[in-house]
Amino acid sequence: MRNEDGGGSLGLSPILRLILARLGLSFLLLFGVSLMIFVGIEALPGDFASTYLGQNATPQAVANIRAQLGLEDPIWSRYLQWLGGALTLDFGTSWASGQEVSAQIARRLSNSLFLAGVAAIISVPLAIILGMIAVRYVDKFPDRVINVVSLAAISLPEFFVGYLLILFFSVKFGIAPFPAIVYPDMGLWERLGMVALPVATLVLVVIAHMMRMTRAAILSIMSSAYMETAELKGIGAFRAILGHAAPNAVAPIVTVVALNLAYLVVGVVVVEVVFVYPGMGQYMVDAVTVRDMPVVQACGLIFAAVYIFLNMAADIISILANPRLRHPR
Amino acid sequence: MRLRSIPISAWIGMFGIALAFIAALFAPWLAPYGEREIIGAVWEPMSWQHPLGTDNLGRDLLSRLIFGAQTTLFVALGASVLSFTIGIVLSFIAAVTGGWIDQGLSRVNDLMMSIPTLIFALVVLAALPQEIWILILVMAVLDSTRVFRLGRAVALDIAVMDFVEAARLRGEGTSWIIFREILPNALSPLLAEFGLRFAFAVLFLSTLSFLGLGIQPPEADWGGMVRDNNDGIIFGVPAALIPGGAIAALAVCVNIVVDWLLRRTSSLKGGRDG
Amino acid sequence: MADALLEVANLRIGARTVEPDGTRAMLEIVKGISFSLPMGRVLGLIGESGAGKSTIGLAALAYGRGSVEITGGTVRLSGEDLLALGPRAINAVRGRRVAYVAQSAAAAFNPAHRLGDQVIEASLRFGLMSRREARARAVELFALLGLPEPESFGYRYPHQVSGGQLQRAMTAMALHRKPDLIVFDEPTTALDVTTQIDVLAAIKRAIEETGTAALYITHDLAVVAQIADEIMVLRHGEMVEHGTTAQIISDPQQDYTRALVNIRNVRKEAATDQSSAVLAVKGVTAAYGRGPKVLDNVSLHVPKGQTLAIVGESGSGKSTLARVITGLLPASAGEIWFNDAPLPPRLANRSKDQLRRIQLIYQMADTAVNPRQTVAQIIGRPLRLYHGLTGKTRQARVQQLLDDIEMGSGFADRYPAELSGGQKQRVAIARALAADPEIIICDEPTSALDPLVAEGILRLLMKLQAERDISYIFITHDIAIVRAIADSVAVMLQGRVQRFGPREEVLSPPFDAYTDLLLKSVPEMQPGWLEQAISARRMESGGQ
Repeated sequence: MRNEDGGGSLGLSPILRLILARLGLSFLLLFGVSLMIFVGIEALPGDFASTYLGQNATPQAVANIRAQLGLEDPIWSRYLQWLGGALTLDFGTSWASGQEVSAQIARRLSNSLFLAGVAAIISVPLAIILGMIAVRYVDKFPDRVINVVSLAAISLPEFFVGYLLILFFSVKFGIAPFPAIVYPDMGLWERLGMVALPVATLVLVVIAHMMRMTRAAILSIMSSAYMETAELKGIGAFRAILGHAAPNAVAPIVTVVALNLAYLVVGVVVVEVVFVYPGMGQYMVDAVTVRDMPVVQACGLIFAAVYIFLNMAADIISILANPRLRHPR
Repeated sequence: MRLRSIPISAWIGMFGIALAFIAALFAPWLAPYGEREIIGAVWEPMSWQHPLGTDNLGRDLLSRLIFGAQTTLFVALGASVLSFTIGIVLSFIAAVTGGWIDQGLSRVNDLMMSIPTLIFALVVLAALPQEIWILILVMAVLDSTRVFRLGRAVALDIAVMDFVEAARLRGEGTSWIIFREILPNALSPLLAEFGLRFAFAVLFLSTLSFLGLGIQPPEADWGGMVRDNNDGIIFGVPAALIPGGAIAALAVCVNIVVDWLLRRTSSLKGGRDG
Repeated sequence: MADALLEVANLRIGARTVEPDGTRAMLEIVKGISFSLPMGRVLGLIGESGAGKSTIGLAALAYGRGSVEITGGTVRLSGEDLLALGPRAINAVRGRRVAYVAQSAAAAFNPAHRLGDQVIEASLRFGLMSRREARARAVELFALLGLPEPESFGYRYPHQVSGGQLQRAMTAMALHRKPDLIVFDEPTTALDVTTQIDVLAAIKRAIEETGTAALYITHDLAVVAQIADEIMVLRHGEMVEHGTTAQIISDPQQDYTRALVNIRNVRKEAATDQSSAVLAVKGVTAAYGRGPKVLDNVSLHVPKGQTLAIVGESGSGKSTLARVITGLLPASAGEIWFNDAPLPPRLANRSKDQLRRIQLIYQMADTAVNPRQTVAQIIGRPLRLYHGLTGKTRQARVQQLLDDIEMGSGFADRYPAELSGGQKQRVAIARALAADPEIIICDEPTSALDPLVAEGILRLLMKLQAERDISYIFITHDIAIVRAIADSVAVMLQGRVQRFGPREEVLSPPFDAYTDLLLKSVPEMQPGWLEQAISARRMESGGQ
C-alpha cells in the first residue's frame, strides 16, 4: 500500500503540499491586497492633497502639502518604502496627529482582539448548540422559532442593537457602563465588565449568522447515507451521532466558525464606534473621516491580513480533516 | 402559483417592503411636514402632532423618516441593481466561455473578496470625493464580487447539463446559450440572491452613513438619521432607535421574502421524486 | 406456516408529501403486499422503478426512508411483529437478526472510519463476540467473498478501494453478525458487467454457506434468476405474480411478467453489405489536456442505414469517442471522415450543415432537455435553426414528429417535468430527427430506463431507421442490446478497439481474452448459468 505518488520533486506528502500551496496563496493575496490599498488607491481619480485640504485647496497650499507629505516621489518607490516599513511593523506617521502609527495600532489592536475574542468565546459554543437543537427538532416548533428569530437577528444593523442595549441596560436600568472605557493597566474582571455591552452586541449579530450555517452543516451530515446505514445496523441514535456524525462534522463546523470569526472582525468596527471603544475600528473610522491616509492604509492592511489568515485557517482545517487526503491511495 | 399557498410571514414581508417603497415614491405627499422644517423643540416625545417625536434639531421625525426612505431605498436599489448586473454578466460570461477569461476573472474576484467589504469601502472612500454617484458605484463594485461568485456557481451547475451541450452541438452562439438555455433555469436562485443583495445594500449604506461616510447632509438617509440622533441615547431619548428600527424592519421583511423564495425552489426540486 | 422466518401480511406503505402550498397528503406506495419467507430461502423482488420493492425491503427492518411511513399490515419475524416494537427492541433486531446491503456502498460507508471497524461495529455493539473474534471473523468473510489481501483489507478506508470491493465489504458487514435475514437492495446495479458476476457469485456462495434467508431486490430478471428460489413480481406497489424461479422464467402467467421475461426479443437481421461508410473513424487518438491517452489509434466505420454498436465498460473510451466524433474533443491524431470528406476536428470549425447531419442522444433524458422549454419549443428549435421553418409550417412539422415518436399532439405544450423518463427520451429522439440527420450517435440511451420502457425506445429507433435510412452509432455496455439491434460491433477496452466487424463475426469464437470475458459475464436467464460461468472461470485460471 505504498504511496506511489512519490511526493513530487520535494518528496512531500500530498497533504503537506496542499497546505503549503494554501499558505503561499495567502501570502500572494496579502501582497495583492497591499498593492490595491496603496497603488490602487492612488490610481483613483481625485487628488489626495486637494481632498485633504477640502475648501482650502489653493494651488500653493496643495503644492506645499504634497511636498510635505512626500506625495511628489514616484509611486513605486513610495510603495516599496511603505511595504518595507510594514514588514518591520513600522507604518509611518499619521498625517493628522503626527504620531507614530505603529504605537497606536499596537495598543488598539490588542483592545479589538480582546473584544472580538470574548465575543467569539461566547458565541461559538452557543451557535453550535443552537444549531444542534434546530436539527434535533428539524421542521418542528423549536426549529421554526429559531429560524424566524435568527432571520430577524441577521437583519439588524449592529448600531441598532448597540444603541438598543445602551438605552435599556445603561440608561434605563443603569447596570452596564457606557461608554466602554478601557486602559492598559485594567484588571481582567474590570475589563470584562466594561466590554459587556459591546460584546453582547457582537454576539447577538454573529450568533445568528453562525447558527444558521451550523444548522445547515449538521443537517447535511445527518442526512448522509452512512447515517442511515448506522441506523439500520441498530447502533442507536446517540452512538451514531457520536461515532459517525461527529468525525465528519468537525471540518464543516470549523469552517463555519472561521468564516464567522472573519465576519466578527468587521463587526468590531461599528461596535467600537457606537461604544466609543479605543480599538482599531474606531481608529480607522476616525482616520477615514479626516482622510489620514497612512492610518487608513495601515488599518486596512491589518484588517485584511486577519481576514485572509482566518479564511486560510478554515481551508487548511478542511484539508486536514478530509480522510481522502490524510490517507491517499 | 396559488395565492393561498403563500405563508403569512411572506405576506407580512411583502407588505413591509411595499410600505417602504410607497413611502419612498410618494414622500412629498405623504409626509406631514417638510424634510428640513424645524417645527418644534429638540427631541420632543411622541405626541399627536408628531407621532414619532422630533429629532436633534426639532424637525418632525416621521417626515424625516419618510423622506429618508426615499434616499435609502433609491441609493440601495441603485447599488444593488448595478452590482447585480455587473456580477451576473461577468460571471455568466466566465462560466460559459471558460478558459483564460474564467480563470482571470475568478482570480481578480478572489483578490477583491479577500478584503472585507466594509474595510475596502472605508479605504476607497477615504480617497474619493463624497458624491452620491461615487457612493453607489463603490457599493456596487464591491458587492458585485459576491454576486459573481454565486452567479458563476449557478451558471456552471447548469452549464454542465446535457441540454446545454446539446445546444452547443447544434451550433448555437454564446448569447443564445446564456439567455435562452442557462438564464431561464437560473431565475429562482438569482431572484433570491437579488433580494439578499438589496437587504445587504440597505444595511451597508446605513452603516456607512452612520459612520459619517455615506450620504452627506443635508440629504439624509436612515443611517445618517441614527448618527444625528445618537447623542440623545445617553439622555434616554429613543430618537436614534426609530430610523434604526426602520432599517431593521425593512431588512427583516426582505429576508423573510427571500427565505420563502428559497424554500419554494428547494421543495419543488425534492418533491416529485420517489 | 410454522417455520416461516419472515411473514409479511397486508403491508401498506405511504409517503408523506408536502405541496408547495403547504397541504400535506399521503401517497400510497405499497398497497397491501403479503408473502412468507422460510429460513434459508431467497426471495427475489423484481419490478420497475416505482414498484415499491426497495420500500418493502426496508420495511423488513421496520424502516422508512425519509418521508416514507408504514401505514398498515404486519411484518412478523419469527412470529414477532416488528412494527409494534419500541426503538430499543427494533435496534436489537437490526443489530442481530436482519441486515441490509444498500445499492450504493460508496455512500453507505463512513469516509472517516476504516472499513474493518465499520464491518465489526454492530457485532461489538451487541456483544455477539469479542474484538479479537470479530476481527478474525471479518477476515474469514473477506476471504469468502473474494476480496484481495483479506488480512489487511480491514485497515483500508472506503475511498481506497474499488466499487466492487466496497459492495462485497458491505455484504461482509451484513454477514458478520450472522443474521437470519439479509435484504439485498440492488447490490450490483451500479457495477460493470465483469465485476457484477464476481460479486453475484460471492453473494450466492455466502448465502449458501451460511444458510441465511434473503430478500434480493433488483430490476434485472436475469440476475435474480441466478440467486433466488422464489420470485415476486411487483408493479405500482401491488403484487403481479409470485412463484418459484423456474415457474416464473419458463411459464409466466401474467402479461406483465411475460413482457419482462421476453425483453430484448427485438431481433434484427444483421445487414451483410458493410462496404459503404457514411462515417469513418481513422486512427484516432485523443487525450484530455496533457493527460494519458483516452483513445488510442481507433479505427472503425458505419455503413449507411446500419447500426454500429460500440460496447465496452467504464473507462473503455466509448463515450469519449462520441465526443471526438461530434467535435467537442479534438483528436490529437487521426481523422474523422463523413461521406468521403474529412470533418474539421473542432466543433467551432464545422459548418451548420455538417452539424445538422450528425445528431446525439444522451443517456439521461432528464438533463438532456431544457426544463424551461415546452416539448414544442424543444423539437421546434432545430427546425428553425436548420430548415428555417416558422409559424404554421413549423407547428405542423412538430406534430408530424410527435406522431413519429408515438406521442400524441397533446404533448406539444407540456413541460419535461410532466413527462416520464421514457417520454423525455422520445422527445430527445424527436429533437434529433427534426434536424433530418444522416447519423445519430446514441450514448447509452436506454441504460437509465426500466427494461420495458427501454424496449419501447429500442423498437422506436429500429422503426425510424427502417423508415428513414439513418445510421446509428449505439454506445452501450449491454451485450443483450448488441445482439438484438447491431449490424456491426466494436468492442473497446481502455481506449483501444479489441474487435471490430459484422455482428455475427464479432460475437462468434474464436475470441480475444477480453471479449471472451465480457460475453461470459452477461447473465442469462436460465437457472444454473451462474454456476457454469464461475466454474468455467475457475477452470481457466486453474489451468494456467
